[in-house]
Amino acid sequence: MDSNAQFSLEEDGDGGMQLALSGPLLISTIGALDHQLRGISEPITTVDLSGVEVIDTSGAWVACTISTEHEAEITGANERAQRLLDAVQGLNSDIPLEAERDPVWERVPMALGQQVFEARSGVAGVVGALGRVIIGFGNMLRRPSSFPYRALVAQMEQVGVSALPIVGLMSFLIGVVIAQQGAVQLEQFGAEALTVNLVGRITLRELGVLMTAIMVAGRSGSAFAAQLGTMKLTEEIDAMRTIGISPTEKLIIPRILACTFMMVLLGFYSAVIAIIGGAVVGQIGLGIPFFTFLSRIQEVVPLHDVWVGMIKAPVFGLIIAMAGCYHGMRVQGNSEEVGKRTTMAVVSAIFAVIVLDAFFAVFFTEIGWG
Amino acid sequence: MNDQPIEQPDPNTQEVLPRDSDEPPIVVQGLVNQFGSTRVHDGLDLTVRNGEILGVVGGSGTGKSVLMRSIIGLQTPTEGRIDVLGKTITGIDPDQNIGVRCRWGVLFQGGALFSTLTVGENVEVPLKQFYPEIDPDLRAEIARYKVLQSGLPEDAIGKFPSELSGGMKKRAGLARALALDPELLFLDEPTAGLDPIGAAKFDRLTVELKETLGLTVFLITHDLDTLYESCDRVAVLADKKVIAVGTIPELVETGHPWIEEYFNGPRGRAAQASHLRGEAS
Repeated sequence: MDSNAQFSLEEDGDGGMQLALSGPLLISTIGALDHQLRGISEPITTVDLSGVEVIDTSGAWVACTISTEHEAEITGANERAQRLLDAVQGLNSDIPLEAERDPVWERVPMALGQQVFEARSGVAGVVGALGRVIIGFGNMLRRPSSFPYRALVAQMEQVGVSALPIVGLMSFLIGVVIAQQGAVQLEQFGAEALTVNLVGRITLRELGVLMTAIMVAGRSGSAFAAQLGTMKLTEEIDAMRTIGISPTEKLIIPRILACTFMMVLLGFYSAVIAIIGGAVVGQIGLGIPFFTFLSRIQEVVPLHDVWVGMIKAPVFGLIIAMAGCYHGMRVQGNSEEVGKRTTMAVVSAIFAVIVLDAFFAVFFTEIGWG
Repeated sequence: MNDQPIEQPDPNTQEVLPRDSDEPPIVVQGLVNQFGSTRVHDGLDLTVRNGEILGVVGGSGTGKSVLMRSIIGLQTPTEGRIDVLGKTITGIDPDQNIGVRCRWGVLFQGGALFSTLTVGENVEVPLKQFYPEIDPDLRAEIARYKVLQSGLPEDAIGKFPSELSGGMKKRAGLARALALDPELLFLDEPTAGLDPIGAAKFDRLTVELKETLGLTVFLITHDLDTLYESCDRVAVLADKKVIAVGTIPELVETGHPWIEEYFNGPRGRAAQASHLRGEAS
């Protein structure tokens, strides 16, 4: 394979042109030769292969193409070459390799329009999924013995316990940032002492639960979608259905319960850690002793702030779990779809959480829990 | 088994076998594969002759696929030496370029097609990888005729793997395996999951390709019909070794109980009978 494939053009006796190919005609050598052959414009009457040492189907293909193009005759092919020529003869086709793709300026608006068009069925799908979950709950209440306790505990561990370190770290840093930045601003009014109010109220009311929800959506919502999506692809879910096990009861309900319940605990935990973070800043930067900071929290944060957070948390948990499970169950086709659905699960969960959070904020203020 | 460790030469200094060489393309010596405390292979030896279709059979869990993965360098064996086309591939990285990877094609059990590419683009992938200098037009032409050569209809070229049936996926996988005109073809259970007509067609295709392209085929199968119809020799994996290699009559003569049961069981006899009928007509 050191030498290259070569060709020469000569006049043969009868006034026609003869193209003689020589050297190895292999896929490794054909690239350069093919380029030159495509440049030949003179009519060729015969293609001589007697100088060819070794040949594979790609070589045979090139010889075959050039002979069909010029309506030339192939001569001097040895037994192997002839066999390969016969094998590739007539296998030409002009079907494009790529699947048809519309240009980007058509594709993007079309996709957007499609989404708007499908919004109704999407909403119906989510509501339907929620309905199935409620029916599943009903069935389980009638047969409590069939409740998947083990799956529930396993999911609680996955969603809750193993999220403790990362949620803790995140909340601590958020507490630190709020206290430090808040103190800088409040100092201008000589009101550093109000940093305690700021940290206590904002973490218990808003940020503790909201940041935890975003973290849980990223950790567990995506995991739900990917797990269920893969199970759908490998037909595990179909197998469950044929055995008479409801995937809603065995897979979705434990995840939803675990996520809803764990969001409450994680949200509260997050607020507590954020307050500790604030207290650390108070001790170091503001001259408020650590325990004074904590006892001040008790005085300045009204109890309904805790309730605001704790009412929102399970709702957010439910949304995250529903988005993950719904998108996971909608996977079909190939592995690319799993990725797409996982992204959609996380994005739609975080979006819904933020929108609902805005509603909750207005609502609780209106009912006098400001 | 010899107690001395088998010598492992440096693949960078070895000469690749030329295309028309008659040397055996695959030589496995003293192969040991161990996962945790389970030994799958223990001193396995196997030589594949040039230009033959070698069938590999064995019960489930006897390490047929592990053997194939070891030969194509995806699985680093615990011990032993494997030479493919003159290069020792044991002990090298699966991504290291040693100049023989473009000379074998592999058909994995499920086809293993890239799901985001069409069938035609799948066949183009190895061509692009190894011979980027080939003109895109010629590359597309080569990809098209490979797909047609594997017995797929024309309209399958632009389809995605998820739109194909199981049998068509295998053919598309075969087209990709053949993309580089390999000398060695590895087939992992090519007829598993195909209907009998599709399986028989695939068997004929394998033989046809071997004859026209001069391939050496390493074929893992459970399908007795495939063994009778397309294999020149059969290697039997049992007791962590290759216990016998030969034509089917030769194997039956060894009298090993597993081989006896395999070929003389009801399915074995049925396959043999249909094979004899096929030869008579």
